[in-house]
Amino acid sequence: MLLTLVVNRLAMALITLAGVAIIVFVLLRVVPGDPVAMMISPGASAADIAALKAHYGLDAPLPTQFWIWLTGVVTGDFGTSITLHLHVTDVLASRLPATLELAIAALFVAVLLGGSVAIAGTLVRRTAGETAIDGINSILLAVPDFIWALALVLLFAVAIPILPLTGRIDPELAEGFTTKFYLVESILTGRFAVAGDIISHMAMPTLALALPLAAVIVRLLKQSLKEAMLQDYVLLARIKGFREVRLVLQEALRNAVGPTLALTGVQFTFLVGGTVIVERIFAYPGIGNLAIDAVINRDFPLIQGLVLLFGLIFILINIGVDLTVATLNPRLRHG
Amino acid sequence: MEHWTPTSSTTADVEPSVPSVVARLLRDPKVVVAGGFIVFLVVLAVAAPLIAPQDPLAQNLLTATAPPLGFADSEPGYWLGTDGLGRDVLSRVIFGTRVSLTVAFVAAGLACLIGSLLGLFAGFFGEFVDGLISRLVDIWMAFPPVLLSILLVAVLGTGLHSVIIAIVVIDWTRFCRVVRTETMGQAQMDYVVAARTIGFSRRAILFREILPNVVPVLIALLTLEMGIAVVVEAILSFVGLSVSSDTPTWGGMIAEGRQIVHEAWWVLAVPLAALFATVVAFNQLGDGLARSLDPVLRR
Repeated sequence: MLLTLVVNRLAMALITLAGVAIIVFVLLRVVPGDPVAMMISPGASAADIAALKAHYGLDAPLPTQFWIWLTGVVTGDFGTSITLHLHVTDVLASRLPATLELAIAALFVAVLLGGSVAIAGTLVRRTAGETAIDGINSILLAVPDFIWALALVLLFAVAIPILPLTGRIDPELAEGFTTKFYLVESILTGRFAVAGDIISHMAMPTLALALPLAAVIVRLLKQSLKEAMLQDYVLLARIKGFREVRLVLQEALRNAVGPTLALTGVQFTFLVGGTVIVERIFAYPGIGNLAIDAVINRDFPLIQGLVLLFGLIFILINIGVDLTVATLNPRLRHG
Repeated sequence: MEHWTPTSSTTADVEPSVPSVVARLLRDPKVVVAGGFIVFLVVLAVAAPLIAPQDPLAQNLLTATAPPLGFADSEPGYWLGTDGLGRDVLSRVIFGTRVSLTVAFVAAGLACLIGSLLGLFAGFFGEFVDGLISRLVDIWMAFPPVLLSILLVAVLGTGLHSVIIAIVVIDWTRFCRVVRTETMGQAQMDYVVAARTIGFSRRAILFREILPNVVPVLIALLTLEMGIAVVVEAILSFVGLSVSSDTPTWGGMIAEGRQIVHEAWWVLAVPLAALFATVVAFNQLGDGLARSLDPVLRR
């Protein structure tokens, strides 16, 4: 049953998240740097330091600290960020939309780009065109988002300077938003000039995240499509006189898309992980960029909140993939 | 076959001789070109002081941000230009191969060792051991790798050791997952069942029977991991968490080049090109090795 699968996966997810929470908590408590020492002025007295530690709950024994933090997490309270002096939940809520828009845009571009190249490659199979696609793709498969991001900087910010290098939106346009989903909101409210500005800011980070995934999609989808093109039902459709494009798009694609869908889901978690460094390169104000600052500043509560949030996103993506695959393939539903 | 001998084809797993494997590898252009490039990098790293035209640390503010030769205002002797402190970009890239290759070989090797052992145990013993190791892998996979590596290096302190430990701690799962699946498959094979029936010890079956059949996959995976390790080191250097700034690294150069990209694009472009070529070479080599060593793909 689908329901059993969901319950099963959710239970597993809780165990995994608990493991993540414990590991991060323990890791952070063996950090040599004292976060309180970093945030206090040099002339502070010992009493001041103790008071501050007590304020952030850093003076209690470790198991007590963990218990306080865990009960907080369960009720949605991740504590207060040491460097930003704001509730971690509020910080995460204000930064997450930027990353979600970026990651989903990148997924969309990757599927569109990878899908079209795979289909084109299938149409020109066993020609020089396919050899060219395979050759270029085998190199592109090796290139990670970090290298793409910097190559795009050289291309579109230096050689042909047509795209803004940093940020999410021109600060002068960032007024009058009721949500933090700037792109979605500006499109829904018909402010297309603003949306255009946001898209020009998102173009480079989106492409950097999308290209590695697109390369993976090209390889797997093209392989599945080519296999599907040899099946009897395609032969039958061919005998009926359907054109090649229609054979690929209507007959083969439907049957070939399964494995690619499953892999794309797994790869999407890598894409989300990639936002950490890509957002850094473009000074994009999402949770990835925030995470690097939090680690460098040893902001314990913020790091814990961020890692759990990333863990939760990863797990939700995986459950989503499992469910989609199970829905599409009835044989797995009882697994 | 003209010289058919019953002994060489009655067993399921014919062990090809080492020279024949090497000969087959040398016929694969991918392996030769990519492998040749890696060898070239190793030579650069080892002989860096002899090859580099300038002292990679020598600063000269009078010749700062000089472009590569062939562009206006370039400085003779500085082929690929200078960085913001007037240091020679070419010499720094050459010395940068040292950190990159050390991380590639040591970190990938250790990750391979630990991950493969755990994968072998999980795949062979199954049940409780498998459940435990697989759950551990799941927990690990729930961390974004870049975030985990930054977190680890922040905890361990900066430096080459920390970078290597971080990569091992993160990437053992890649080996563990693949080796576990491979081992499970091999453990079902007739030759393992036969070895069990004859009464071989579990250790003998695991290390003398199963392991050699997993090695081809492992070698290809190891090569791919080396490329990944080089990128992770560059990312950590970029964020400022790798070796100290007096040691030239590609990631450190890229970070500086990113800051002054509008004044001196070559400070970013040159190390980025080196990183790109290295990653692609490791990847192509891994691909070629996988094809040549895998008995199934070869057919």
